[in-house]
Amino acid sequence: MIPVGPLELGIAGFLVLLTGICAHLLRLGISRNIAIAAVRTVAQLLLIGLVLKALFASTNALFIGLLSLLMLAIAGREVLARQHRRLKGWWGYGIGTTSMFLSSFTVTILALQVIIAPDPWYTPQYAIPLLGMLLGNTMTGVSLGLDRLTEGAWERREVIEARLMLGESWNEAVGDIRRQSIRSGIMPIINSMAAAGVVSLPGMMTGQILAGASPVHAVNYQILIMFLISAGTLLGTMGAVWMGSRRLFDHRERLRLDRLHRP
Amino acid sequence: MTLLDIQNLRPCIFTRALNLSLANGESIGLGGSSGSGKSLLLRAIADMDLHEGDVLLDGVSRSAFSAPEWRRKVGLLPPESRWWRDSAGEHLRMPTAAPLDELGLNPSILEQPVTELSSGERQRLALARLIANNRPRVLLLDEPTANLDSLNSRRIEELVAAYRHATGAGVIWVSHDPDQLRRVSNRQYRIEAGELHSVGEAVQ
Repeated sequence: MIPVGPLELGIAGFLVLLTGICAHLLRLGISRNIAIAAVRTVAQLLLIGLVLKALFASTNALFIGLLSLLMLAIAGREVLARQHRRLKGWWGYGIGTTSMFLSSFTVTILALQVIIAPDPWYTPQYAIPLLGMLLGNTMTGVSLGLDRLTEGAWERREVIEARLMLGESWNEAVGDIRRQSIRSGIMPIINSMAAAGVVSLPGMMTGQILAGASPVHAVNYQILIMFLISAGTLLGTMGAVWMGSRRLFDHRERLRLDRLHRP
Repeated sequence: MTLLDIQNLRPCIFTRALNLSLANGESIGLGGSSGSGKSLLLRAIADMDLHEGDVLLDGVSRSAFSAPEWRRKVGLLPPESRWWRDSAGEHLRMPTAAPLDELGLNPSILEQPVTELSSGERQRLALARLIANNRPRVLLLDEPTANLDSLNSRRIEELVAAYRHATGAGVIWVSHDPDQLRRVSNRQYRIEAGELHSVGEAVQ
């Protein structure tokens, strides 16, 4: 593989700088965001590069576990930050994080133990990228789903209450909104599965091909990852939306929008 | 015999708890200016908001019922009706049981898209839906005729009276119209600044 060094990155960075200048001249109000995001990309990736280098050299189960949990904690924070009306208290963070833990970790461990089966199964070269891709995609699904749920419950609170007044259970009264929320959470992954290879060449496959892998092997891995991601996203989104919808009602099945932060 | 017994009920904005009982087949009229808490009181009875106090139906505490069970027995009709399926008929468990004739509605209205109905038609259908689906023991009516002309207001008044006499159900009727309250209730109260006052008698 042809290595890319500081000079090459500098040239690519110049393109980002140009984008930022254009955004500034057009008064898009995002040049600051572009700058911060670009700096974050450089800093975070350099850091994870160093961490992975150290990790791959040691195969220490404890370190791998800790790094996994750190990734989960950060993903949980991202989910919270993307909520327009988030649940108050521990729930806002806890529901997203718990459901991502249950889905991403289960699917990753299943894939490592049964499908890919490296030795040991937690070999960081496989475990960390796999978990990262699952967490990244599940995070999108969970945050979209939860955002749609709380927003939908807020907008349609009168319909929910009308249904409660007619003696429907909380489960029935919020059922339509919950279904829509789960749908919008898993739509991105379904779309990217449908467009894979035709519209876009998925990033992981591209990376493997650039690194010199045979396209057939790269494609097989990509299909595997897509399936794992869709299963993980569906599980995580369903879990988060279900827990979130339960939290919108109390033990007497009253709609409790006071449990949501104002935007 | 007491049907509904409201004990030390205090909706959130009320300054003091209130007690009220409703006999079988009785109708209580509830007046008071806007924002005085009439709707909050009905919502508290139907257990829709956090509040203090208890309500008993036939001597049995509300906590002995599941929330959906309670709301089917003590049915609240809000001032604005809400619909979540395309046609009104899809909201009815047994469309033939709906008292449409009595409300001056043609059965074909059940097939029409809800969005094409007038607010008055929707309001009458909401009462038909509540009665036909749940046969409530108590009706909590929050300005049920606010969107209606006098003919259709009378139809609602007559339907509620007939239902009350046929089933022994109790009614709490909130309205801004003193004449209507005189027509539809056996007793009247007013809510002022979060307190319940008996009309025509000393302050309770």
